[in-house]
Amino acid sequence: MTENTTIPVLPVLIAKDFASDQEPKWCPGCGDHAVLQQIKNVLPELGIAPENIVFVSGIGCSSRLPYYLATYGVHGIHGRALPMATGLKVSRPELSVWVGTGDGDALSIGGNHFIHTLRRNPDLNVVLFNNEIYGLTKGQYSPTSKIGLRTVTSPSGVIDQPFNTAALTLGSGGSFFARAFDRDGKFLRSILKRAALHKGTSLVEIYQNCPIFNGGAFEAFSSADNKANNTVYLEQSKPLIFARGKRGIWLDGFQPIVVDLDKEGISSSDLWIHDETDINKASILAHFADDHADSEESLPRPFGVFYAKERITYEDALTAQIADAQKNGIGTFEELLRGDQSYEIKKA
Amino acid sequence: MTDTTKSTRQVNVTSKTSVSVLFAGDSGDGMQLTGTQFANTVATQGTELNTFPNFPAEIRAPAGTIAGVSGFQLQFSSKPVYTPGARFDVMVAMNSAALKANLKDLHRGGIIIAGTEGFDEKNLKLAGYPEGANPLEDGSLSNYILFPVPILQLTREALKESGLSSKEIDRCKNMFVLGLLYWLYTLPLEGTFETLRAKFQKNVHMAEANIRAVKAGYFFGDETELFANLGRFDIAPQKQHGTYRRVTGNEACAIALTAAAKKAGLKLFLGSYPITPATEILSTLAKKKKYGVKTYQAEDEIAGIVSSIGAAYGGALAATNTSGPGLALKTEALGLAVILELPLVVINVQRGGPSTGLPTKPEQSDLFMAMYGRHGEAPLPVIAASSPVDCFYCTYEAARIAVEHMTPVICLTDGYLALSSEPWKVESPDNLAPITPRFHAPRQPEDPPFLPYKRDDRQVRAWAIPGTRGLEHRIGGLEKQNETGNVSHDPENHELMTKLRAQKINQIADFIPLQTIDNGPKKGDLLVLGWGSSYGAIKTAVEQAIEQGYSVAHAHLRYIHPFPKNLEEILGNYKKILIPELNNGQLIHIIRDTFLIAPEGFTKIQGVPFNEMEILIKITDIIKELQS
Repeated sequence: MTENTTIPVLPVLIAKDFASDQEPKWCPGCGDHAVLQQIKNVLPELGIAPENIVFVSGIGCSSRLPYYLATYGVHGIHGRALPMATGLKVSRPELSVWVGTGDGDALSIGGNHFIHTLRRNPDLNVVLFNNEIYGLTKGQYSPTSKIGLRTVTSPSGVIDQPFNTAALTLGSGGSFFARAFDRDGKFLRSILKRAALHKGTSLVEIYQNCPIFNGGAFEAFSSADNKANNTVYLEQSKPLIFARGKRGIWLDGFQPIVVDLDKEGISSSDLWIHDETDINKASILAHFADDHADSEESLPRPFGVFYAKERITYEDALTAQIADAQKNGIGTFEELLRGDQSYEIKKA
Repeated sequence: MTDTTKSTRQVNVTSKTSVSVLFAGDSGDGMQLTGTQFANTVATQGTELNTFPNFPAEIRAPAGTIAGVSGFQLQFSSKPVYTPGARFDVMVAMNSAALKANLKDLHRGGIIIAGTEGFDEKNLKLAGYPEGANPLEDGSLSNYILFPVPILQLTREALKESGLSSKEIDRCKNMFVLGLLYWLYTLPLEGTFETLRAKFQKNVHMAEANIRAVKAGYFFGDETELFANLGRFDIAPQKQHGTYRRVTGNEACAIALTAAAKKAGLKLFLGSYPITPATEILSTLAKKKKYGVKTYQAEDEIAGIVSSIGAAYGGALAATNTSGPGLALKTEALGLAVILELPLVVINVQRGGPSTGLPTKPEQSDLFMAMYGRHGEAPLPVIAASSPVDCFYCTYEAARIAVEHMTPVICLTDGYLALSSEPWKVESPDNLAPITPRFHAPRQPEDPPFLPYKRDDRQVRAWAIPGTRGLEHRIGGLEKQNETGNVSHDPENHELMTKLRAQKINQIADFIPLQTIDNGPKKGDLLVLGWGSSYGAIKTAVEQAIEQGYSVAHAHLRYIHPFPKNLEEILGNYKKILIPELNNGQLIHIIRDTFLIAPEGFTKIQGVPFNEMEILIKITDIIKELQS
């Protein structure tokens, strides 16, 4: 491999230094623009030279992401961004490797790679643009589309149970899951930075609006009023409070219950205190999404870091095995060709 | 030391040039181990050798049945041998099913050593012999030299004081057979003792019991009257002095990838998914961590190749190995590797198809898939190995072409080469061709813009890997603009890029050796044009035909795409071209299509390799017809 890969002195970079010369071709109003902007905002904060950053993607609207960033980038084939990124990361652990993917790319055609990547835990930053629809192929339902959604391929309404991305991530052994929203740029930026700093596969699900084929899919969490009542923002060691401080979540055994802080004599110290290292609590949070935000008792949709607990990465474990195999020296070329079962034939 | 040259009694030792032996028994009888150990001993004598295991697809097929028969065939000789033998001279049959399944391939007058316990009523019934019939007793084997030996009883007798359980003792019976065969071929026992001691390092009792079983078999040969008339045999060594190792095709592929990475100064990455009969390439490389090799057992075939493409993008020597069904799954990703123009070695160990087909049996039926099995216009180099040892050189060559021409390369082997073995004179690193990756240098701000798809005069683009300052660029599966690599849907550009990609592959013909004639006259009646694992059978058949005075030559293709530049000229020097293939005729189409000639095909689609006799008959038939 090359010797010329690292550059010690980093110039101070800003967001626009990470913009490539290609004009984004996403539709006007698409949430992808906002996500791209936050990625460009976060990259200079990481102190990594652009030549050491790679964006890998599969196929779909979101997978055009690498073309718009002035880093290294590979736009692969449908569903296969994760194995491509893993192969790159395993062979070049020193690189910062990002994956741009969507609900169809990651959870449908790439579903197998999704679960296996998470359990292996290579240090990848996975940005999953979830718009609950196939956009690039013009509006077919996706594995996260809600039941009943009418699309060109579900004219009578979707009958497939959608995937719960958070539950799937945690169930696959993922070491980091966070949810963010395209319209909340500041929050998205903070989550992307957390994800980048997490060593291991960090999965960030971004609710991303597709104004053309699935506009308003996340309306329940976006307008000012809805947002307050239907969302809860997770902060480490802080109680789960929402609805402008009026409601909170109280954990009754394994059962999360919405409580009214004004009426029921419950103080914030009685509430569920968020602990992002607790897999059990994270699993309960993941299933908040099974509730449909249709009544006062409905559980709000959580945003923020559900779970973050570092464990050894795939590439570090492999590197350690190689180091162990080489502790008495690296195998020589001659040794390789001779093998350990060679034999001498002497002159007759 | 057990002196294996002297016998306690005076038994004749006859020198023979060549012998083919089959060890056959139930898949639980340890025949693969016995055969392998026998082959190792033969090899260390400096004798020419070729081996081939033949085992059932099921791990534990019902015991005693034909489906459960496992065989290990080898030919050893004072002359070069290229096949495990069309037929065998000696067959060890541990049970009735083993005899029944293999008798048709035993030479008339050949030796049968039959384990009598495998011919009891139950075993005979399982093997499908009619009630009351026992081939050991009914005279039906009178055309052969039959030695019924109570192998199990003798093993039990020898090990009764070993302290092992009766089950453990019974499992040593294969070592008894091994000892008996060592006696028959005047071979030394010490190497096997060493191997057993190393293998059972933590269980000295087991090691000693196995050693005692080997000795018991050996002394049984020596002491019993049974073999007195037959005598013993001696195959003189032929190999020139030097250091050798025995390799299977799969091992050779694994070593070659590691060697190519060493030579090129690259890190090796293998993304793979287990599949018969290609898995040993992955498992062999998984043990090469000492050489810095990274293996990645992916979740499926697709992730296997795609992870390798990721590694190739990062500057590794990337490879993936598979067999037919896996190659089918990899085709979309191969198209990506073609358009990304990244180096990638794909080793396809062919097996009988379609679908799951015959997973453990060889076939040459993926040639079309290797050549054409991609969507869009996606040509890539295809090369094929001809022997277990050639798997090394062919895989190494695939890596050289991939790295130097920035393209995926398919290297075809098959289940026969993968599992067969032969001695290999250990190669010196200096003798291996250089492999020179061309990494693009870092770029300074004042330098002209970096053009990822700018080509040199071989139409090859530079390898621009992440971490290189100033080369940040985006590439992908979408058609790209010439030179800049930016996404482009321009009609003329697509045609240009399609032609440039094809031209790059065609130009590889300038960087590969010319086709040679393996054997026979430069002009003549017939050229047998082979590819892949049929080399040994064709080689032997053509040798014999030449000895018989026929005007026949043999050329064996390694480079199938692009063809060597002089192939057309060679094909024009013979009245007739014969193309034997283990498929329904694939190379013949490509030859016909490329050169507009009418060769004659000879196909076999039985999941077993050609044998030299069937090719010899075909050769003589054709030449007689030409002359009539």
